[in-house]
Amino acid sequence: MTLLVVGASAAGLATVEALRRKGYGDRITVLGAEPHLPYDRPPLSKQVLSGQWEPARTQLRPAERLSTLDAEFLLGDAATALDVRERTVRTASGRALTADDIVLATGLRPRTFPGQSGLGGVHVLRTLDDALALRADLLSCSRAVVVGDGVLGTEIAASVAGMGVPVTLAGPQPAPLAAQFGPAVSDLLAELHASRGVSLRLGAAVTELDSHDGRVTGVRLETGEVLPADVVVVAFGAAPATDWLEGSGLALANGVVCDSRCRAAEGIYAVGDVARWHHEALDVTLRLENRTNATEQATHVATVILGEDRPYLPVPYFWTDQFDTKIHVHGTLFADADVSIVEGSVADRRFVAEYRRNGVVTGVLGWNMPKQARLRRPEPTGVLVGGKP
Amino acid sequence: MKITVDQDKCCGAGTCVLLAPDIFDQREDDGIVLLLQETPGPASHDIVREAADVCPGAAITVSE
Repeated sequence: MTLLVVGASAAGLATVEALRRKGYGDRITVLGAEPHLPYDRPPLSKQVLSGQWEPARTQLRPAERLSTLDAEFLLGDAATALDVRERTVRTASGRALTADDIVLATGLRPRTFPGQSGLGGVHVLRTLDDALALRADLLSCSRAVVVGDGVLGTEIAASVAGMGVPVTLAGPQPAPLAAQFGPAVSDLLAELHASRGVSLRLGAAVTELDSHDGRVTGVRLETGEVLPADVVVVAFGAAPATDWLEGSGLALANGVVCDSRCRAAEGIYAVGDVARWHHEALDVTLRLENRTNATEQATHVATVILGEDRPYLPVPYFWTDQFDTKIHVHGTLFADADVSIVEGSVADRRFVAEYRRNGVVTGVLGWNMPKQARLRRPEPTGVLVGGKP
Repeated sequence: MKITVDQDKCCGAGTCVLLAPDIFDQREDDGIVLLLQETPGPASHDIVREAADVCPGAAITVSE
């Protein structure tokens, strides 16, 4: 047997580690588009952007630990095509890699505005190189705008404000993360950002970038208003990196479509941000963009490759650090849920909130209470019967 | 086996505690990892290796 993992980030690495831990003894090759050894992305918008960490600190494993995995890492070479029947991946440098099992872990590519690439002062944040380029630009920036009111956009805005750069957060929602947290908690987040110097310009989508002489000068809102800026960060979502799989015969629909075992075709699996799998208990297809799913799904696929026949049924989890506030979410929060504080207090900015739908707790949110939130983590059954996401 | 934890990298997810509650815990005030046993017995080695591998902050290191 041989195994090829396409993608050398958290999900790809976790696949290899889980297989080795569980006794897979055959040849493993890992193909990575970036030149770097596997590194962690969550610190990019926080510790790396703010300059607290040297870039090397994001490396997921030291080189000596990677060498014990006995896997060949082919880095700086992107996959360009997949032959499903032959199980062969072709690469930008001209390699043809064939394996008995292939795991797709190519992650996401940030969404951008038309004409954005090549425009000076405009950034996305997905890779380590993106983070370093953004930081360098922010060091001589007089006014920044972050486009995107989700997890990534808010974390970036907090880091930029922490660097002392005047920053505006723009997005269509009434408050940051309103869709994820619901009105009560997202209002607290808005208040936190405002109190720490982030200017909020929410409730209106950004429709285009303004530029002059090849450099961005601001962003234009759907209201016609212009927010001037010499640095703009575009963080309004990302799409699964599946363009290289067009025409391969795999089903693609906002992700690589997989069965309940995370199998896209015979001998081909998908894990992490790129994978849309059939959640057997909910009877829907789901794709989760969060750090722990990358590892959990990879671990699950490793067991499937080794012959266990079980569906993947995780309790979703994510965390976000906003300034010095740590928010942890277990399960699913519906924006229309009934929210009750079950521990701590909102006034102290330390609490656990339970989100109920149809009388059932589908998720919990901890605000500066990570341990207490975990202890109230909903059972998978609770996550499921609350309703379909 | 010797375990070390990097509290600065810990994100407070508690993944390690869910896997190995006899070895790991979290601080009450901020959720950061607490190591209950630095040199666990052989019966725990497999689960500790898994906890190190799946830690979302890459905060757990195992030397053997």
